Amino acid sequence: MARPRLPFEFLVALRFLREGRMQTALILLGVTGGVAVIVFLSQLIAQLQSTIIDRVLGSQAHVVVRPLEEVNLRARTDAASTAVIEPRAQRLRSIDQWEAIVKLAEDQPGVVAVSPVVSGPAFALRGRASKSVALLGIEPDRYRRIVKMDTYMVRGKFQVEGTNAIIGTELAKDLGVTVGDKVFLRAAGGRDELLQVTGLFDIGNKDLNRRWVFTTMKLAQSLLDLPGGVSNIDITVTDIFEASQVAARLQAGSGMTVDSWMTTNSQLLAALRNQSVSNNLIRSFVIIIVALGISSVLVVSVVQKQKEIGILRAMGTSSNRIMGVFLLQGALVGFVGALSGVGLAWALLQIFSTIYRTGDGAPIFEPQLDTGIALSAAGIALAVGVLAALIPARRAAKMDPVQAIRA
Amino acid sequence: MTSGMTSNMTPGVNKATGKPAIISMRNLRKSYGIGTPVETEVLHGIDVELAEGEFCALIGPSGSGKSTLLNLIGLLEPPTAGELSVAGQSTTGLNEQALTVLRGRHIGFVFQFHHLLPAFTALENVMMPAIIAHGVATAQDEAVAHDLLARVGLASHEYKKAGQLSGGQQQRVAIARALSLSPRLILADEPTGNLDTHTADDIFALLREFNRERGSACLIVTHDPRLAARCDRRIELVDGRLAASTSVAEPA
Ligand SMILES: Nc1ncnc2c1ncn2[C@@H]1O[C@H](COP(=O)(O)OP(=O)(O)OP(=O)(O)O)[C@@H](O)[C@H]1O
Ligand SMILES: [Mg+2]
Repeated sequence: MARPRLPFEFLVALRFLREGRMQTALILLGVTGGVAVIVFLSQLIAQLQSTIIDRVLGSQAHVVVRPLEEVNLRARTDAASTAVIEPRAQRLRSIDQWEAIVKLAEDQPGVVAVSPVVSGPAFALRGRASKSVALLGIEPDRYRRIVKMDTYMVRGKFQVEGTNAIIGTELAKDLGVTVGDKVFLRAAGGRDELLQVTGLFDIGNKDLNRRWVFTTMKLAQSLLDLPGGVSNIDITVTDIFEASQVAARLQAGSGMTVDSWMTTNSQLLAALRNQSVSNNLIRSFVIIIVALGISSVLVVSVVQKQKEIGILRAMGTSSNRIMGVFLLQGALVGFVGALSGVGLAWALLQIFSTIYRTGDGAPIFEPQLDTGIALSAAGIALAVGVLAALIPARRAAKMDPVQAIRA
Repeated sequence: MTSGMTSNMTPGVNKATGKPAIISMRNLRKSYGIGTPVETEVLHGIDVELAEGEFCALIGPSGSGKSTLLNLIGLLEPPTAGELSVAGQSTTGLNEQALTVLRGRHIGFVFQFHHLLPAFTALENVMMPAIIAHGVATAQDEAVAHDLLARVGLASHEYKKAGQLSGGQQQRVAIARALSLSPRLILADEPTGNLDTHTADDIFALLREFNRERGSACLIVTHDPRLAARCDRRIELVDGRLAASTSVAEPA
């Protein structure tokens, strides 16, 4: 059919773009590149950050409640060397009224799981071997919601009951034991107990694999001489970046010292923030450059199309519709550029994820594209296209049709 | 009908002929560079009426203000002073939107340099006023455009881009385009200005034909006395003033 089916503004905008082949190709290339850079970079940084956070929080509670005194001491010696803070010199203390604090924590908004923990130093003995370990008395159903122990189990199950002990792979190697063997545990106070190894875990951290020994709360309480007490309360929150707020509220409510992962990992957090800031900076620059590119090409196009604009005006086109034609060109360039940019970013992710791998051959990042990131980049490109077209479009609308025709 | 007593009450009716006027102007003035040292008045108070269906030449030396007058009548720029009515409607105080509507509905333009849209085919160029008016081309618009192109002898050139046509062909397309919404007034600024005599005669004949057939009034700027002589009336501008206006008996 010979009749153009598109509405006036679309028809003219598309023809103008098609007519300015080279210019259109160039801005499309610019928008594509810009969108691809933003999507690729955002995706990469989001993935790396979540990997790092996963690693850090994989074996750590988001928020930890501790007895007041211990923390006061820590606060005072904060600047001093870590040796001073080592808990060896310190008598284990229980959190006063810990049941009430568990209840208080569970009632806090944003809290997902609460797990009381009895922890303290001990020695694991087997034959001649003697290893210094950290004894962790827990309630498994509560604790697995703090640290996903089930996913770390290499042998056996995370079944903490009776005289079962769950130990790390490194400790098992050091002691020469495996599932089914027995290990003798002696606490600093001299109390001891013969435990049955029923599971081995690999938490992805050699030090923890060497030191952590899980038993029931009751067993740990008696070994560590903390009858009925707990040494800390571990908490998981919904939004990990809200952890410090939750901690502050809990501290105010309980009078205990409450730390969030954000304070204990403040340097990591600062690094992540800096990374986000520099990512935003790069994004802003890319957006500005793309916007300037679209804008300048459209300004040139308005000047080139001066005569056509005059003719269209003479044929009964209002200046508002002329403006619409140029805004639409910006939007079309933004939209098409966004599509191809997201496509390019996807292709880059596929390529880079196969090229860059960790030492053991696993990809450093996943080739998946987050739809949220892709959609927001596309939305930004569309908005930038329209905004960048604003100045040229207003110029086109203001153009005197008589001047345009006389020229 | 005019009583002759208060001509102001019926501005849309030609006093002399009694026919309704498609354009009427009173003391129309146009200055450029207002408020600057180079302020110049180009039109010094023009009073002209053009009746419905009239075929009129606008003549005068170069720089006398013919194009300026045509652009005022075409509502492409506002007069500095004076009254202008188009199709019986006073244009004083109308905003850009209203002027655009009035222009789109009643006026077709033919320019000297044909001014087609190069990105569009001949057919699309002819349909463009309808696309602008209707938002999107209708089947009816397409049929009209086919028809018009056939009438100007370009049935076989419909799908050529404007740039692929000769000057004379482009001017035919421009005439077909000006007629696409059957306007009551066609304004042509030197439509044959850059064509050879033979082609110029053809184009002129086409305008005359459409004028007779559809009753569209035409105001044609021309430097060609031969063509001017074939019009019903000649309006002559000299230095921005009306010099003479020769009426010729209407062809019944
Ligand atoms: N935008 C403008 N600014 C200043 N002066 C202008 C402008 N447009 C036209 N003029 C002046 O107005 C006068 C009339 O110009 P116009 O184009 O109407 O003449 P014309 O009769 O159409 O001439 P021609 O036969 O050469 O086309 C000229 O002196 C011209 O320089
Ligand atoms: Mg002129």
